[in-house]
Amino acid sequence: MNLVIALLVSQAYVSKDRIRRVVEGYRDQTDEAFEKMFERDKEELREIGIPIELGSNDKMFDDEPGYRIRRDAFELPRIDLEPDEAAAVGLAARVWQHARLARQTSTAVLKLKAAGVAVDSEALTLVEPLLAASEAAFEPLWDAVVARRQVTFGYRRPGHEPTTRRVQPWGVLSWRGRWYLIGHDLDRTAERMFRLSRVTGPVEATGPSYAFEVPAGTDLRALARQLEPRPAEGTATVRLLAGQGQALRRRASSVTAARDGWDAVELPLLDPVLLAAEVVALGPAAVVVAPPEVREAVVHRLQRLAGEAVSR
Amino acid sequence: MNDRAADQVQRMLALVPYLKDRAGVPVEQVARDFDVPAATVVRDLNVLWFCGLPEAVTGEMIDVDMDALDSEGVVRLDNADFLGRPLRLTVHEALALIVALRTLRETAAAGTTEAIDRALAKLESAAGDGAAAARQVQVVAAPMDARVGAAAQQALHEGRRVHLDYLVPSRDETTARDVDPLRLFSAEGHTYLEGWCYRAEGVRLFRLDRVVSLEVLDQPAAPPTQARSRDLSEGLFQPGDDDLIAVLDVAPSAIWIAEQHRVDSRVELADGWLRVQMRVADEDWLLHLVLRASGDVAVVQPTAVALRITATARAALTAYAVP
Repeated sequence: MNLVIALLVSQAYVSKDRIRRVVEGYRDQTDEAFEKMFERDKEELREIGIPIELGSNDKMFDDEPGYRIRRDAFELPRIDLEPDEAAAVGLAARVWQHARLARQTSTAVLKLKAAGVAVDSEALTLVEPLLAASEAAFEPLWDAVVARRQVTFGYRRPGHEPTTRRVQPWGVLSWRGRWYLIGHDLDRTAERMFRLSRVTGPVEATGPSYAFEVPAGTDLRALARQLEPRPAEGTATVRLLAGQGQALRRRASSVTAARDGWDAVELPLLDPVLLAAEVVALGPAAVVVAPPEVREAVVHRLQRLAGEAVSR
Repeated sequence: MNDRAADQVQRMLALVPYLKDRAGVPVEQVARDFDVPAATVVRDLNVLWFCGLPEAVTGEMIDVDMDALDSEGVVRLDNADFLGRPLRLTVHEALALIVALRTLRETAAAGTTEAIDRALAKLESAAGDGAAAARQVQVVAAPMDARVGAAAQQALHEGRRVHLDYLVPSRDETTARDVDPLRLFSAEGHTYLEGWCYRAEGVRLFRLDRVVSLEVLDQPAAPPTQARSRDLSEGLFQPGDDDLIAVLDVAPSAIWIAEQHRVDSRVELADGWLRVQMRVADEDWLLHLVLRASGDVAVVQPTAVALRITATARAALTAYAVP
C-alpha cells in the first residue's frame, strides 16, 4: 500500500534505492529479502491493474532508472450516474453466475461506489437475467478472445469423431443460455461457429497476444440469427384424446371435437422432428394423421422404443 | 473469501476514495457496500492508519478516527487527499460489467432499456480498452411471452398475488395455483417466475412459456417468512433428497441430453455412445425424456421405467395399425 502511495505521489521516477529508504516495511530488510518483497509486490500490483512504469528521469544522463505510477493511467475517469442508471449497474452486479466474472463485476461496481456512485439495486423491478458459463472451455476461450490469441482444441459434433481445431477466436456469443465461439478456422480457412459444450479436452492458447484483427463488420448478432428456428412451413393434424396433449393444444390453429372422445387438432408445423418427438412422448394419447412423413417418423420411433428395431 | 494481499490492497484503494465523501458512515454500511465482514473493514482501517506519504512524520499519515470507530461504530478518515479517485477498471472488469448490463438489457421491459443504455454509454466511455473488447461478446436471450411477462412484472412491482394456470408437460397436466411472486429471472434460455406456491406450500419455479394464463389478483402478496429465493449459483436444478438416480445409455445423436442436464458421471461406450448417471425429479419426467429421444436413449436403471417405456410404445403403435 505504501509502495503505491510512494510511486503515485511522486511526479518523477523513484529509484529502487529511494523506494527502499522511504517505504515502511522495506527499510529494515536484508538486501535479498527486500529484492524478493519488491518483486512480489510489483507483480501483485500489476495483477490488480496498477500500471507501474519503469523509466529514467533524464535521458541525457545515465542516471539510475526508477519506477512511477502515472496518475492519469491509475485513476478512474469521472463518471456520474443518474439514480436509475446506478440501479441498473446494481442489478448488473448479480448477472454473472460464473465465479471469476462475478468477482470482476463486483470489483468494477465497488470502484464505481468508491467514485461516489450510490448503487441501489432495489430501485428497479426488472427480470433478473442469470448468465451462467458452466462449460469448461469458457474461461480459456474468453481469455483468448480478449487477448486475441490463437487457440487449439478438440471438438466433437454429434455423430462425428472428435477433431482438432486451430482457430483465431473472433468472439463469443451466449445464445439462449448456450455459449458459442465464432472465429476463423485456420485449417478450413473459413469462418466457423463452435458450441462450447462440444469442445473436448483442454483449450490451448498459442502464440502472441493481439496476433490478428477481427474483420471489420463481423456482426455476432447477425451470426446468432443462423441459430434461430426456421419459420413455419405447412400444418400438421394430430388426433388427441380429450383433455390430453395440452402443449400441442396451446399451439393449435383449430380443434375439432369428434364423438369418439378424440379431438382433431390442427397446428402449424414448425419442426417435423420436434413434433414427432412430442407426439411420441404422449404415448397412446396422440396419433399423427398428417403429414405422412411425420406419421412415418412417429411409427419408426415407437418401433424402436417397443424394442422391435432398436439398433445399437 | 480468500483474502490475499493483492485483494486487500485493491479494497483499500477503493476504500479511501469511498470514505472521502462519506465521513461518519457506519462500519456496517461499509461492510455491506464492500461485501466483506465488518471485521475485515476494521482490519483494513488499521493498516491504512499506518500508511501515508513517504518519509511522513506522525500527523502526516492517513488519519483514522479510532475513537469514533470503537465507540460509535462509524468511520472517519482524513489526510488522504492523494488518493482521491479509485483505480481504473481493468479490461476484464469493464468487460464483465458491460456484458452484464447488456444481458440485463436483453430481458428488460421496453420502458427500462433507456436507463440501461445511458449507463452503458457512460461506462463504455470510461472503460477504454474494456469497451473495445466488449464488441467481441454478444448475449441473445430467448424471447419472452410479452403478455404473461408484463403481468408478472406488474405483480412483482406492486407486491400482489397472482393466479396461474400452469402446464407441466411431463405429466401433461395444467394446474391452477395461487402464487406470491418473489422474483423474475431468466436463465439457460428461459424466463422464470419464482414464488411461494400455495398449492405446493413451497418456493417453486414457473417457466413463463408454460404459464397458460396469469391473472394479477387484488390481494397483496404475503409469502410466509420461510419463503426465500433459492441460491442459483449451483445451477437451476438442484439435487433434492428424494431424487431418482437414473443410468442411461445415450446415442451420439442425443449427446445434447448430457449437455443440457447435469450428469453425475459419464463413461464412453462403443460407437460413440455414452453411459451417464443423472438425478431426475420423478419417473414421469424420465419417461417423458426417453420417449422424446425415441430410441436414442436406453434406460439401464430404473428397470421399472424401461418396462413402462416398452409398454407405452406398444400401446401407442396399435393406433397406427402396424403389427
